[in-house]
Amino acid sequence: MSDEKNHIVPYRVYAFVLAALVVLTLLSIAITGYDLGKYTVAGALIFAVVKSFLVLTYFMHLKYDKPYIKIMVGFVFAILVVTIVVTFLDYLYR
Amino acid sequence: MEKVTHAPHDHYDAEASKIGMWLFIFTELLLFGILFVIYSVYRYLNHDAFHLAAADLDTFTGAVNTLILLVSSMTIAMSVTALQKKNKPLTLSLNGITFVIGVVFLVNKYFEWGAKFDHGIFPGSATLAETLSQGEILFFGLYFIMTGLHALHIIIGLVFIAVVMWKVAKGKVHAERSALLENSGLYWHLVDIIWIFLFPLFYLIV
Repeated sequence: MSDEKNHIVPYRVYAFVLAALVVLTLLSIAITGYDLGKYTVAGALIFAVVKSFLVLTYFMHLKYDKPYIKIMVGFVFAILVVTIVVTFLDYLYR
Repeated sequence: MEKVTHAPHDHYDAEASKIGMWLFIFTELLLFGILFVIYSVYRYLNHDAFHLAAADLDTFTGAVNTLILLVSSMTIAMSVTALQKKNKPLTLSLNGITFVIGVVFLVNKYFEWGAKFDHGIFPGSATLAETLSQGEILFFGLYFIMTGLHALHIIIGLVFIAVVMWKVAKGKVHAERSALLENSGLYWHLVDIIWIFLFPLFYLIV
């Protein structure tokens, strides 16, 4: 599948992805309605991460792209995560 | 140096175009990423004030705008399929739908910001400085900067989509030369992803 030069994604794939995204959005609104204390932020962010993963994989075509593009994208997100972790290590232990 | 023998219109490399767009998207991710880091640190330092200030934002408007962007992301993704299937009218209509709902997003944003302005909440306002705590001022500062920068990206995305539509209509972007449409799609999805994080951080977590 991924070795095809010009992979045409069927319309229904996009429709399914949209349905999943809408369900995840509604779930994230529902779940933050409960008082989860300190887990509210984590809960909401997990939904956001899953949603952006779907957008990157299907809408942004990464599923059908060559591995090196996936690696580049993964690397940039890893840099972001490292930046956030290092910043918080600083603030939590200063 | 060797003489270039290609005619100008032969300079088409779909893969290079895609890499170029992704490299640009990486710079955008780092730009917004740093703003998210600033937000996280200030939230950590001013937990209660952020809690209080976020309650002022209308979750419903935020949710509607989230759905709007998700639908518009799907329509622009579908327009690439339509172009590859050589269906020009459908490509144009799907891009047109994306454009129109992108404008609806901005209209929502206009009313949302307008309501805040009416309550005297805008950067540098007297109400902000006199009645709110330091943490709340920080929250609204970040709110205006981050959603404002995002709205600016929506406007740029709309211009990008309009240009691509014009080129599709003119036949300059077609099934064998679809990189520009795919890149406008990538840009629009990036704007969508940023909103996917802005929405919970500003509207949901209260």
